[in-house]
Amino acid sequence: MTAGEVQDAAAVRDDPATVAAYPHDAYVVAGLTKTYRAKHGDVPATDGIAMTIGRSEVFGLLGPNGAGKTTLVRQLIGLLRPDTGRIELFGHDVVARPRVVPDFVAYLPQDDAALADLSPAVALETTARLRGLSRPAARQERDAIVDELGLAEFAARPIAKLSGGQRRLAGVGAALVGGRPVLVLDEPTTGLDPTARRAVWAALERRRAAHGNTVVLVTHNVIEAETVLDRVAIIDHGRVIVCDTPGRLKATVDRDVRLELAWRDEPPLTDRLVRELHAQAVEHGRRWSVRLPADRARAALGELTSGPLFAALDDFTLATPSLEDVYLALGGAARDLERS
Amino acid sequence: MTALSHPLAAPVAASRPPFLASFGAIFAGQLARARAAAIPIFMAATLQSVGLVVLLKGLVDTSTAVTEQSVVAGSSVTVVSFVALNLLAQRFGALRASGALDYFGALPVRPSAIVTATAAAWASFTVPGSVLVAVGGAIFYGLPLANVWVIVPVVIAAGISLAGLGALLGLIAPRPEIATVAGQLGMALVMFLGLVPAHRLPGVIQAVRAVVPSTYAVDAFAESFRQHPSWTTVSLDLAICVGVCAVALAASAWAFRRAVTAR
Repeated sequence: MTAGEVQDAAAVRDDPATVAAYPHDAYVVAGLTKTYRAKHGDVPATDGIAMTIGRSEVFGLLGPNGAGKTTLVRQLIGLLRPDTGRIELFGHDVVARPRVVPDFVAYLPQDDAALADLSPAVALETTARLRGLSRPAARQERDAIVDELGLAEFAARPIAKLSGGQRRLAGVGAALVGGRPVLVLDEPTTGLDPTARRAVWAALERRRAAHGNTVVLVTHNVIEAETVLDRVAIIDHGRVIVCDTPGRLKATVDRDVRLELAWRDEPPLTDRLVRELHAQAVEHGRRWSVRLPADRARAALGELTSGPLFAALDDFTLATPSLEDVYLALGGAARDLERS
Repeated sequence: MTALSHPLAAPVAASRPPFLASFGAIFAGQLARARAAAIPIFMAATLQSVGLVVLLKGLVDTSTAVTEQSVVAGSSVTVVSFVALNLLAQRFGALRASGALDYFGALPVRPSAIVTATAAAWASFTVPGSVLVAVGGAIFYGLPLANVWVIVPVVIAAGISLAGLGALLGLIAPRPEIATVAGQLGMALVMFLGLVPAHRLPGVIQAVRAVVPSTYAVDAFAESFRQHPSWTTVSLDLAICVGVCAVALAASAWAFRRAVTAR
């Protein structure tokens, strides 16, 4: 976001008209618990979750597959009733009155089977009309969003016949149409190429700057989480492990840096330093990833790059800790957080 | 005390669309979708019934007018049940299994509008095929064509009631495979009960026949082939069919709401 856009978003958020319309936070969640019965015992899909999502915030839910993110989101949308707990959407009690949610929230589920038979153009128009727009207004919004997201090339083909990324983009369009103040998007950029991804984020930022939209984003992509989120809640096993801005979370592990090495051939394990690194490294074939204190990493890199070992290296990277490191440091077992 | 909504809670947006607008949107969407599948569905449904008409001419004793009327009427309504009951049961079963109902559950649209609009759209696909079988069958058997227009209200009434039942089956079946089988069995039942004249059925089956909505549609249409049809009978039969429509749609709207919040 540019400085100008930050100011615009803040201006809209604090504009008396917006505040009057939405005086409360977008979401206030307390003690949310949902347990599924299984043969080997009850499984808490969400376990005492509490969080607050402010107006015009871009809030992320980050965690590996199976962490409970989608279950949490379905409760926020009113599609799933929690066993205990409270969810307030702009002050309305969602658990008692789930029918109030569609008036404020546009939801993009993980899969798009409902729209699969329709073309993106028809899907957008139908969704707009179902959100209360008249037919001409629905068509206008459909055309605007087709342009904005670059769907024109395949807007008339059935969604089932499109590639994964194109389907996702159509789904994002269906969430944007009808102008709801809160957008809850479950992995919206999965399978999108970088251009499409930028188009999606530009569209979301434009809406936030102009209308103060709130975005709740479910992701397991760490890089995206770091770049677009205002705040992030890291979730695992149905619990919120930690919730803060990406910057502050990374500061909690800033003693360490991540050293990534890519070896040209077999790593020279005869060398003492290489053996030391090997003991601590996470290996992916010839790529090693090691977390070290900053000074040790500096020393190791200095030694690797100044001597004969340099010839054995294909590539190396030194990076500040990512949200994945935060997750690992907090005891998470990072099975499949993505870094791309 | 916790109020359901805080006094200063944001006002609920005044954009909840009326029933007709939702109905129109989904109906138009389903029609757009059908254009792609229209020809295969038409062919499959119609050829099946054309086959029945031709096959039965050779097999059954068609010397009684009642039998001929039953065969043509039953075959025409079978076109409807193929699409409305069979295909819709499959479709709703698949939608439910894939979690696609979440999309509808998150929109401010009434389940009754979704089910009714889908039922109406799919029922309307059956009109050309049913008319074709009705007219062709009547000519084939030498039945009077004077009142063959009755097929149109018959198809609409039967179509929507069977579609409602199809949707209900698809939404309550625990697995999509069961929904498919139930839809096919339902279609077979409709076909059998429609084709065989009532007086040839054993007592128990006659009782079953009385509770299947398509029976009344078939009877209404068969009645129209008589030299002097009893319009009271036709109207009554259609009225019962419409009544079942309403019940089936209400039940499937309930099943839809239940399926959305089930997981």
